[in-house]
Amino acid sequence: MKFVTAIIKPFKLDEVREALSGVGVQGVTVTEVKGFGRQKGHTELYRGAEYVVDFLPKVKIEVAIKTEVLDQVIEVIEKSANTGKIGDGKIFVFDLEKVIRIRTGETDAAAL
Amino acid sequence: MRTLLAVLGLLLAAGVAHAADAKLDTGDTAWMLIATVLVIIMIVPGLALFYGGMVRSKNVLSVLMQVFVSFSLITILWALFGYSFAFSEGNSFIGGFGKAFLSSLKPDSLQGTIPEYVFVCFQLTFAAITPALIVGAFAERMKFSAVLWFLGLWLLAVYAPIAHMVWGGGWIGGKGAIDFAGGTVVHINAGMAGLVAALVLGPRKGYGKVAMPPHNLTFTMIGASLLWAGWFGFNAGSAVAANGSAGVAMVNTQLATAAAVLGWMFAEWIAKGKPSLLGAASGAIAGLVAITPACGNAGPMGAIVLGVVAGVACFWAAVYLKKMFGYDDSLDAFGVHCIGGIVGALLIGILASPGLGGQGFGGENKSIGEQFWVQLQAVGFTLVYDAIVTYILLKLIDMMVGLRVTDEQETEGLDVAEHGESAYSH
Repeated sequence: MKFVTAIIKPFKLDEVREALSGVGVQGVTVTEVKGFGRQKGHTELYRGAEYVVDFLPKVKIEVAIKTEVLDQVIEVIEKSANTGKIGDGKIFVFDLEKVIRIRTGETDAAAL
Repeated sequence: MRTLLAVLGLLLAAGVAHAADAKLDTGDTAWMLIATVLVIIMIVPGLALFYGGMVRSKNVLSVLMQVFVSFSLITILWALFGYSFAFSEGNSFIGGFGKAFLSSLKPDSLQGTIPEYVFVCFQLTFAAITPALIVGAFAERMKFSAVLWFLGLWLLAVYAPIAHMVWGGGWIGGKGAIDFAGGTVVHINAGMAGLVAALVLGPRKGYGKVAMPPHNLTFTMIGASLLWAGWFGFNAGSAVAANGSAGVAMVNTQLATAAAVLGWMFAEWIAKGKPSLLGAASGAIAGLVAITPACGNAGPMGAIVLGVVAGVACFWAAVYLKKMFGYDDSLDAFGVHCIGGIVGALLIGILASPGLGGQGFGGENKSIGEQFWVQLQAVGFTLVYDAIVTYILLKLIDMMVGLRVTDEQETEGLDVAEHGESAYSH
């Protein structure tokens, strides 16, 4: 099993969610986050006083999936979150040791 | 100004001129009742929101409180002494005690064609908004008790004498200086006091190093809009009559303000790359300020020129002048009100000329040169007198109660530290 974390542009969230549903992903966790990468921040100007905003708002998506759909999941996230401009985000992939569904006690593949 | 002067001439000749021909005009009276309420809306909530939106969220209540309470305090002081110092017979610098406690007024006392009680209230709103404007210069760091001491004493020691000199029969008005609705009395006066206060108090903790962005520009836009609408009471009301002069003031006020919005916005767009709402709102105030002394004497096209100049000049003052000298005028009381007031007070010496479409100089002055020289004296005297007395008052209050909150309180925010409440729970 794999655990995929993707940092994307906030306005791409709906497209990514739909794309993930399209390849059968059953559950997603979404968090509003802030950070910086190559895009860096931006500056705000109030009556000439300049403030550098270092951290930009992004959305973090987390999904737990079976290893065999990993390539598909990566592909749809890449495609649906892409704008071609700097700041589109990143995808991180981790090995997932164990999954438990709290209500039933099912584990691993059955719990996904 | 002509009307106001005529009215005040009447007042001066008071003994003689409780004349048989002084008669109450119901149209004038109705308009002045409304104009008075319009100016109150400028102060609360207009000015309070305009300023409140520009500070950080930890200080918004302190600013609203300073404006709200100074309005109340000045109201009382005005009835006790302020009105008398400004508008009763005295010398050419200050009025006397003749109308202290409003004791000599009767329901049928007239000021021109309106009841004097209405005139007292109308002038009260001017006296109240002027100290409240200064709040913008020392916002986010001044102790509340010191604010009340300062604004109360400033009303009696600075506002009332200058109002007397310009409108109450003193020497500036006597020279024929044009100040239809308060360029010297209100805006240059408040702005200069603001600069002195910003210098005496020193910058906010972390100024120039820590980000201090406005916390709610929506408030600021609502406040600026209320100021804009209320300003028709301020400017057109300064005709003290529902007449042609009020109409001139109205059209000039609207045109100059719109022109200044565009002036500031385009200046910012060109110089800084983006047109901002804060810039547009600030431009409106700059235009309103600059047309205030000029609204009765300029022509409509002159008002547009004045507005554009004011918008660009105040943008320059708030953005470049402040940086050049490094003072922390938190919300640009000096940059907008003093600079805008000076632009209006000086340019009207030129734009009032009938040759430039103006309504004429009003007083005895006939040429642009003569009028400009008188305007220059009025502006210069106001700046110097105001700066000296404001400085003395601040030093005095510093010794009495201290001017600034402690560093710890400033970091915590004035809302919690001084008033025990916070605007937002998050």
